[in-house]
Amino acid sequence: MDVNPAGIVLWVVVPYVTFAVLVVGSVWRYRYDKFGWTTRSSELYEKRLLRLGSPLFHYGLLLVILGHLMGLVVPKEWTEAVGLSEGAYHFVATWLGSVAALAVVAGLLILVYRRRSTGPVFLATTRTDKLMYVLLGGSILTGAWATVHTQILAGGHGYDYRQTISPWFRSLWYLQPEPALMAGVPAAFQAHLLVAMLLFAVWPFTRLVHAFSAPVQYPFRPYVVYRSREASGAARAPRAGWDPTTTPPTTGPSRRRP
Amino acid sequence: MKVMAQMTMVMNLDKCIGCHTCSVTCKQAWTNRTGTEYVWFNNVETRPGLGYPRTYEDQERWQGGWVRTRRGRLKLRAGGRAKKLATIFHNPRLPSIHDYYEPWTYEYDMLLSAPQGEHTPVARPKSLLTGDDMSIRWSANWDDDLGGSTATMQDDPVLKHMSEHVAEELEQTFMFYLPRICEHCLNPSCVASCPSGAMYKRVEDGIVLVDQDQCRGWRMCVTGCPYKKVYFNHKTGKAEKCTLCYPRLEVGLPTVCSETCVGRLRYLGLVLYDADKVGTAAATEDTRDLLAAQRSVFLDPHDPEVVTAARSEGIPDDWIDAAQRSPVWRLIHDYEVALPLHPEYRTLPMVWYVPPLSPVVDVVASSGNDGEDGRTLFAAISQLRIPLEYLAGLFSAGDTAPVERVLRRLAAMRSGMREVNLGREFPEEHAAAVGMTGAQIQEMYRLLAIAKYSERYVIPTAHTEIAHDLDEMACSLDVDGGPGMGGQGTDGAGPFGSSSGRPTPVAVENFHALAARQTADSPYGPSTPGRVNLLNWDGNGRPAGLFPPDDAGGSPSPGGGGEPPGAPGSLPGGRQDATHDDPGGSPGGAR
Repeated sequence: MDVNPAGIVLWVVVPYVTFAVLVVGSVWRYRYDKFGWTTRSSELYEKRLLRLGSPLFHYGLLLVILGHLMGLVVPKEWTEAVGLSEGAYHFVATWLGSVAALAVVAGLLILVYRRRSTGPVFLATTRTDKLMYVLLGGSILTGAWATVHTQILAGGHGYDYRQTISPWFRSLWYLQPEPALMAGVPAAFQAHLLVAMLLFAVWPFTRLVHAFSAPVQYPFRPYVVYRSREASGAARAPRAGWDPTTTPPTTGPSRRRP
Repeated sequence: MKVMAQMTMVMNLDKCIGCHTCSVTCKQAWTNRTGTEYVWFNNVETRPGLGYPRTYEDQERWQGGWVRTRRGRLKLRAGGRAKKLATIFHNPRLPSIHDYYEPWTYEYDMLLSAPQGEHTPVARPKSLLTGDDMSIRWSANWDDDLGGSTATMQDDPVLKHMSEHVAEELEQTFMFYLPRICEHCLNPSCVASCPSGAMYKRVEDGIVLVDQDQCRGWRMCVTGCPYKKVYFNHKTGKAEKCTLCYPRLEVGLPTVCSETCVGRLRYLGLVLYDADKVGTAAATEDTRDLLAAQRSVFLDPHDPEVVTAARSEGIPDDWIDAAQRSPVWRLIHDYEVALPLHPEYRTLPMVWYVPPLSPVVDVVASSGNDGEDGRTLFAAISQLRIPLEYLAGLFSAGDTAPVERVLRRLAAMRSGMREVNLGREFPEEHAAAVGMTGAQIQEMYRLLAIAKYSERYVIPTAHTEIAHDLDEMACSLDVDGGPGMGGQGTDGAGPFGSSSGRPTPVAVENFHALAARQTADSPYGPSTPGRVNLLNWDGNGRPAGLFPPDDAGGSPSPGGGGEPPGAPGSLPGGRQDATHDDPGGSPGGAR
């Protein structure tokens, strides 16, 4: 198969590097920075706009993720095997997807407006947050644009990404990447993919990590948690090379001078 | 029977003068950090009043604690697991910062750096959230001593359960103070509300804690706690709460609030209870029976069967001994003068109160009668329905009988001890009228009035064989530039902002926060470089700019600049936090 070097970089190297950064970065952050692993909620500062924007955004996003899994992971042959024609699939995917996208975009706009206009919320916004918002907004908007441009405005069945993007995506997981499939994909989809990969690469270093700590175990544990002091230990775990052998002679810390 | 030990506090409200020393020392020790400005692990409320946060007792609104379902099971009032997960993106029952208050500082620097002018410079209040000018409308203690309460007192949730005219009259009749910390409940609804499983009850002493490494900031605990004693640190995005000063308790010291209490009204000690009965007791049908139900959960530490069972559960002998000597157990069980705060929340709270007799005495005295005469007092207790009903609203789910019983015992003690002070016999008929003996009442008097430090605080230490795990024993090299340092330095800045990095032990963390604040006027607003805020300076060390430069060689540090900070060999000399007579150091820089 004849693929130009740019294609290899964009559709083989970048995805694998992104995946590596996402996995290694998350593990590293979890080990190093459990204390910083939080939603960093700003609900204490402002509730009214959050009540509207946050559920709209998050529930919309859950729908969008479900849609992406459906489109990318499930091969076209499977849906056709259960009797779902291309036309029917396209109709359902486009219109359900559009509703979800509308919710996500509306939620995002409300949340960004809230962040900018509420004094304490804006002051609590870090530079990493701002970068994250640009990439998150970028991938949502390019994705929405790709849908509107190639699926709704193009008429007919629209662009069939399940012939190109989906097999390419699955080929990455088989470890037999097929970058050639991406050659003729519309620019809107290509832009969406690249921005999204960039987002996944910075993911472990932003507040987005809270998505990985979704409390799925909550329904299955007893209500009241008991822990032993010995099991939980002190406020920190002892680190290699610093296991104390005797009780230190003093109980207070030493302090570096200014 | 599963015996567990619970560290418990009792506060004698008759002795509280509302000085707020407990709140201030607690704040200085634990919450003097950015993000916790509005956090008061200990606060003192004037009752009747709104409390902190405002109207927190109105569970129709805030939905804290548990309710009993029709089928007799316990359910979180704000909704069970499914509802918690469904509302995780926006918690509808979370108080906003304005239900507490917007924290502020003053522009003190203007007083010193303003140019000469016609008008005296003023220090304007500045919001600690936005840095803007603000007008102060509420704080943690806005209705202190009933200040301004003609405007707000009607909103007191306890009063709302009483009738309208009662409230009017009440304002002229009585007032008392209610110091509050976390209740460290036997059936904690905050722990049950935590989706991450970061909150837990310690098996050894029952202290309820938040694992800062596991907390993900879902905020459900704030809603779950009916006492609103779990707070959200808006800087770190994590929940924080009263720790019952566990690093101090582990080494046998009382909590900071107890230690510094001017009225010596706090008692600390163990209570043994049967963990198997907790669920049934909390699900008692009538809320008025909850007080008795909670008492039935407790186990008598003098009962040989209980002692055997406790040993088999692995409770050490010195802990059983401490439980037998516990002043708290005597107040709760022997004299039955302590009552829990709002048992109707079904969390089985473990900070109990001796309700105040003083409001009744004050009314009797102000009407020209003898406020310490036994018969007058007994009559007044039965007649003064208003204070009685109010206290019952706080301590016994509205049932006046237990409160009346306690007040009669306190009245018998007060009048009886006056007889003794006047050189007469203790009037046994007064003691008998409240179901006690004169000797018992005099013992109770001793415990309530003149008990010494070691009698008020009976705290068994954590076991020395595991002393290395104690937080206060943390290796000093692990902080602030030491070789074992984690992500959090003096300025608290890890690679992902102020909340990242491994946490330092709580005591050390607060120590460094204090050190940082000693050299900064405020996080916002203008500040003169090199100026030290003397209000925050603890008298140790040499903050830059506080003293004139050292003549000897210009080195600002008395220990000399040669040794690496925090190096293993520098422990004695480097300890500027040590006491002034530390032989190795010269904290004052006298040379």
